[in-house]
Amino acid sequence: MTLLVLALNDFSHAFSKALQLIFQLDPALLEIIGLSLRVSLTAVLIASLIGLPLGAALALYKFYGRGLIVALLNAFMGLPPVVVGLVVYLILSRSGPLGVLGLLFTPTAMIIAQVCLITPIIAALTRQTILDANVEYHEQLRALGAKTSRMMKTLLWETRFSLMTGVFAGFGRAIAEVGAVLIVGGNINHATRVMTTAIALETRKGDIELALALGIILIAISLIVTSIVMSARHAAYQYHN
Amino acid sequence: MLHTNIITNMNEANILPLQIKNLRITKNGNTLINDITLHIESNEATVIIGPNGAGKSLLLRTAHGLEIPSQGTLSWNTHIPKPQHSWRAYIFQKPVLLRRSVRANLEYVLSLHNINKANYASLINSALEHTGLSQLADRNARVLSGGEQQRLNIARAWVLQPKVILLDEPTAELDPNGTAAIERLIKAIAQQGTKIIMSTHDLGQAHRLANDIVFLHQGKLIEHTPADSFFEQPQSKTAQDFIAGKLLNGD
Repeated sequence: MTLLVLALNDFSHAFSKALQLIFQLDPALLEIIGLSLRVSLTAVLIASLIGLPLGAALALYKFYGRGLIVALLNAFMGLPPVVVGLVVYLILSRSGPLGVLGLLFTPTAMIIAQVCLITPIIAALTRQTILDANVEYHEQLRALGAKTSRMMKTLLWETRFSLMTGVFAGFGRAIAEVGAVLIVGGNINHATRVMTTAIALETRKGDIELALALGIILIAISLIVTSIVMSARHAAYQYHN
Repeated sequence: MLHTNIITNMNEANILPLQIKNLRITKNGNTLINDITLHIESNEATVIIGPNGAGKSLLLRTAHGLEIPSQGTLSWNTHIPKPQHSWRAYIFQKPVLLRRSVRANLEYVLSLHNINKANYASLINSALEHTGLSQLADRNARVLSGGEQQRLNIARAWVLQPKVILLDEPTAELDPNGTAAIERLIKAIAQQGTKIIMSTHDLGQAHRLANDIVFLHQGKLIEHTPADSFFEQPQSKTAQDFIAGKLLNGD
């Protein structure tokens, strides 16, 4: 009983300190949040530039080996981040094929790992969305004289609100994962420390305030992302009906 | 002015007749079009009628290249100068419109063909005007009523100033008012020199619009006769029964 009261006291103490850090705009906190957003937003941007056209192409073009790529894509949707981190680590490490670039333990390496992690998600969701839309549009677009490349562009635009859901899902996964960025980034202070790796480290060190402050920010970000997704869905629904 | 263009083009070079020779279409072992031989001439409107499953839609789809003949040939008289843009348009029973404005839907069609952008505005405005959609030009196409959507569907074909428009039961989903509006539109298009080839379930509609009737039953061509004589004195027993509203064999 005393122990529980003690723990609660500890927690409320840590919680108020955490809020203090947030409202004082603590520079260390801001640095970590800034890097997190920079890495994950860049990763989402690159993954979208690859995943949206890739998913649409897989939905519309028929070619040898398409089934295999689709199967791999769906399998890769659920890749464990640590495994992605490990593979990217091996490729970027000094003795690896891209070792000469010297990218290991830099934000660039973290972006690469997150791109690998979320491109399959965005591509697979895009493929499904375009496939569904194509049932409705295909004949009509063909009768109007659209070639497949043009159909691809048209369908990506027609389904833009639904596609946003996939893009935000990718962002949510990127910003919340620890394994990949920890392995290829190394959690170096002022260089590659992001929210999730900082939380893991600070908790282990016993610096609960900073960990909790970062946790609160992370939850806030995911709440914001979720509400954007929900309003995008709502907008899509309004627009489509 | 735009429409006199169509007429002169029609005189210079025609893509009709449409010649269909021994056309057969088989799917999963079923013969859906059975040895049809048919010439469709360049009068105003040819209407294809027949009960469900007669092969009306399939014939139209084949004419637009949406189906491939299993046997036989279907050919347009393509000895015309390289068309500046599509000379043939297809109207589905239920239009699939893009999620953008009425005007942008027409722009999209033009952008699929090799048309000088300088002409977009005049082509679009003319199509809007003739289909009575000018007031709705900036409205989202997906929120239009069924009748307005089908009018936009026709505007989408007309904006290309094609020489032939193929329509697959264009009024099947419309109320009487919507149907009347579409029929007026089809008549106006035909009178301005664009050939109409359409299918319908509605005998009254066929009577109102057709110059000649193509009557299909179970994938076979039963009759191809001028509309007047078809309705007054159908030659075949099947057509007599169809007009009298009797059930046909195999229905």
